[in-house]
Amino acid sequence: MSFDNLSAAAARLPGARHRGPLGRLDASKLAFGVCALVLLALVGLPLFWLGVSAFTNKSGAPSLENFARLFTDPTLLAPLRISLVVATSVGCFATLIAAPVAWLVARSDMPARRIVRALITASFVTPPFLGAIAWEVLAAPNSGLINVWYRGLYDLPPFVHFIDIYSIEGLIFVDSCYAFPFVFVLVANALDRIPADMEDAAAILGASGWRIIRTITLPLALPAMLAGALIAFLRSLTLFGTPAILALPAGFHTITTKIWSLFQYPPNPGLAAAASLPLLIATIVLLKAQSWILGRRGYVVLGGRSGATRRVELGAWRWAALALCLLVLCFPVFLPYLALLKAALTKRLGEPLSADNLTLQHLRFVFFEFSPTRLALRNTLLFAFVSAVLGTALALLVSYLATRKAVFGHSVLGFLATAPIAVPGIVLGVGMFIAYTRPPLVLYGTMWIMIIAYVTIELPAAYQQLKSAFSGVAEELEEAGRILGAGRLRTLKDITAPLLRTGIITAWCFIFIGVMRELSAAIMLFTAETKVLPVVIYDLNESGDLGAISVLGITLLVLTFAVTLLANRLPGFGAPAAGAK
Amino acid sequence: MRQYRAASLAIAAALIATSGREAIALPPASPVTPELVDAARKEGKISFYTAVDVEVAEKVAAAFKAKYPGIDVLVERAGSERVFQRVEQERVGNIANADVVNSSDAAHYIIWKREGLLAAYVPDDVAAFYKDSADPEGYYATWRATLSPIGYNTKYVKPSDAPKSFADLLAPKWKGMMVKGHPGYSGTILTATFEISRDLGWDYLQKLGQQKVMQVQSSTEPPKKLAVGERPIMADGNEYNLFTLKESGQPVDVVYPSEGTPFISSPSAVMAKAPHPNAARLFQSFLFTPETQQLLIDVGGLRSLHPKTKEHAGRTPLKEIKLMRDDPAAVVDKVDEIKANYAKYFGT
Repeated sequence: MSFDNLSAAAARLPGARHRGPLGRLDASKLAFGVCALVLLALVGLPLFWLGVSAFTNKSGAPSLENFARLFTDPTLLAPLRISLVVATSVGCFATLIAAPVAWLVARSDMPARRIVRALITASFVTPPFLGAIAWEVLAAPNSGLINVWYRGLYDLPPFVHFIDIYSIEGLIFVDSCYAFPFVFVLVANALDRIPADMEDAAAILGASGWRIIRTITLPLALPAMLAGALIAFLRSLTLFGTPAILALPAGFHTITTKIWSLFQYPPNPGLAAAASLPLLIATIVLLKAQSWILGRRGYVVLGGRSGATRRVELGAWRWAALALCLLVLCFPVFLPYLALLKAALTKRLGEPLSADNLTLQHLRFVFFEFSPTRLALRNTLLFAFVSAVLGTALALLVSYLATRKAVFGHSVLGFLATAPIAVPGIVLGVGMFIAYTRPPLVLYGTMWIMIIAYVTIELPAAYQQLKSAFSGVAEELEEAGRILGAGRLRTLKDITAPLLRTGIITAWCFIFIGVMRELSAAIMLFTAETKVLPVVIYDLNESGDLGAISVLGITLLVLTFAVTLLANRLPGFGAPAAGAK
Repeated sequence: MRQYRAASLAIAAALIATSGREAIALPPASPVTPELVDAARKEGKISFYTAVDVEVAEKVAAAFKAKYPGIDVLVERAGSERVFQRVEQERVGNIANADVVNSSDAAHYIIWKREGLLAAYVPDDVAAFYKDSADPEGYYATWRATLSPIGYNTKYVKPSDAPKSFADLLAPKWKGMMVKGHPGYSGTILTATFEISRDLGWDYLQKLGQQKVMQVQSSTEPPKKLAVGERPIMADGNEYNLFTLKESGQPVDVVYPSEGTPFISSPSAVMAKAPHPNAARLFQSFLFTPETQQLLIDVGGLRSLHPKTKEHAGRTPLKEIKLMRDDPAAVVDKVDEIKANYAKYFGT
């Protein structure tokens, strides 16, 4: 029996749609209970402790002192304002750049689409702080390679510069470079799922190419675009590494670097917790707005009969489109990695490549002299793998329960799974530090506190990914399975999960890559035994060891890329639909 | 030989003033016995939390491993204030990870000692040569020292045009041309900021804050930014990276400002709950041997208080430099004020 018949049969049965909350007791109730508990512990516990410290004063008595200071102290208000400006700009820029590129890759006959996708994955895999360091090498006002080249070209005196990366504009630019792939992946996946039928129907009815894009493709891709813009905004708002590298030299704070500075001696966690609450509230409001805007529309596109996607023929414009994509990719990928490669292999960065300037000294230092390298490599890979497996499983269950409204309280689950995105990693790190250095769960110093932190931080991205994948799969398919006697979990395993293969692999990769990129919580929670590469790189950056950073950064990228490619090619798990990613 | 002794005496004088009390007899020294070496070897490892430049730290580690094969050294390098933050976090979390700790903010040792985090341990060399720069109860001693001078890039600034004093840095021509470290991160810079604000007044730092100074974190970074030509002048930062860069052919040079150059002592101590107690003690003893101290000077560009060391040719001997004295006890009480003022004047 084909899916077509099954779903048709299922759709005809009265009440099939509505049995959810009142349905017979099955394993889904248990799953709900477990999910709710895990999520509460993951998200609730650190937030609880943050709340406690935000509303108490230094002697531990209840107080609004921290908030009074937050809203009157200019050294706290300015960073808050700067962060909002930066994050809004990043959300807009990243989406404006990512959406057209995603359309070209997913829906046009542009040449080298797979290569472009792979290169965008490279920018996705790049830790933002590494990108920021690379852009320092490229565009620091005086020593930056681009500025050196610019002065040489026009024969200008020293200290005249073309771009200064140590500025708000520089920060927005670099943030956008590494937020854009988030939007791209979401939009491209959504476009992949839009079947040709509707577009064909429109074409048959005589609609022009632009009209089809405007009235069919764009509306169908809109939820993904909005979700992408939102993720870019929130990522930027909570990002720590990039502003720590670019904003501090320019003499300003963003809210995350300010919060970080509040943990310097003498630490002020209460004020830091208070400073993070506006971020939490802004996020909740935005997520509500998103679901309000999109809530009433139906977006089920992968129904019983699905046609292949159809590509728009660009004709002579194919090459112009490719050139545009490659130009866009210069900023997050080509230029930064060339800069890192140069820094990794030369003695004096500012001078041209010559036999005299080439050196293997940095490679030797990193792999043979620098004692944290080996442990950090092992830790990073181990933590990333374990977090990705646990995180994907959790996100899958939660997104299933939430999108299928399977149990009472599903919206709470959805909220809990999205909430971490509102908490800057650094604040979450502090909340977790307070929560897990006391009974019942004393985890600080073990690998589990790191893994819990990673799963918590990456959960929203994985959950969003799987949720949008779920909303693309018609519920009828599952209902058919359930009518034939399968429980919710069995249906999930046998029908939904295989259909979601791309989504699941993407979610797994999201988390894996996320861990490789994560710095802000790790920097609060690591100990000598649980040190990870991003922390090692950040430490090296604070003392300006560019050569070693470049070697480690390139190693990090190669490893992440290798694992991601492997995950997409695992037989029976990745290949067909996901091959493109 | 005489002149080296004189140099260390000059520092010793500064340090005595620092501690505010007469140097009293240290607890008895603990020599390195074959039993200690054996016990250390059984532990097989030592975890060294330090703020010294990572390449210098790894060289010290390599020298230790060469002398005591079979004992691994894990270098955990971060800025002093972050080392402090981590030790504090681990104390709260009841975790014992660090064996030997080195910070360039000598005030940290006063706090750690008060909190009972340190073990009293007096290596032979400390007992013999560091009476004036060690804790009277034997909890720590000054492992290394450096200065926070002015520096400039010789490619862009002629020696005659280089600033001669801190006051010169306020000239309009240096606006947007300077780089400096951050007291919230670097113990060297915190100590220097304390000494400068005490001797020159906050007024000077307020004016410096209006010079559009590029702000980096560790005191090891301004010399590196100077060398790549990112800024031609370094307003503060450590002397030892300037030396090592200059001697490796990079276009940088040192200026000892006429008002005096901030002196920074950087002690080392064994942790009370060191997970490898014997290896920690062996390592602490190793840190103060004349060989290691000479290594710090020759390879690291640092200053040593060990009288059996020789100053490096081509570097101005310490006794010829007018110093601003350090005062860790006063820093303990002033940390809040220093950081608040700094945030006000420099924006970060």
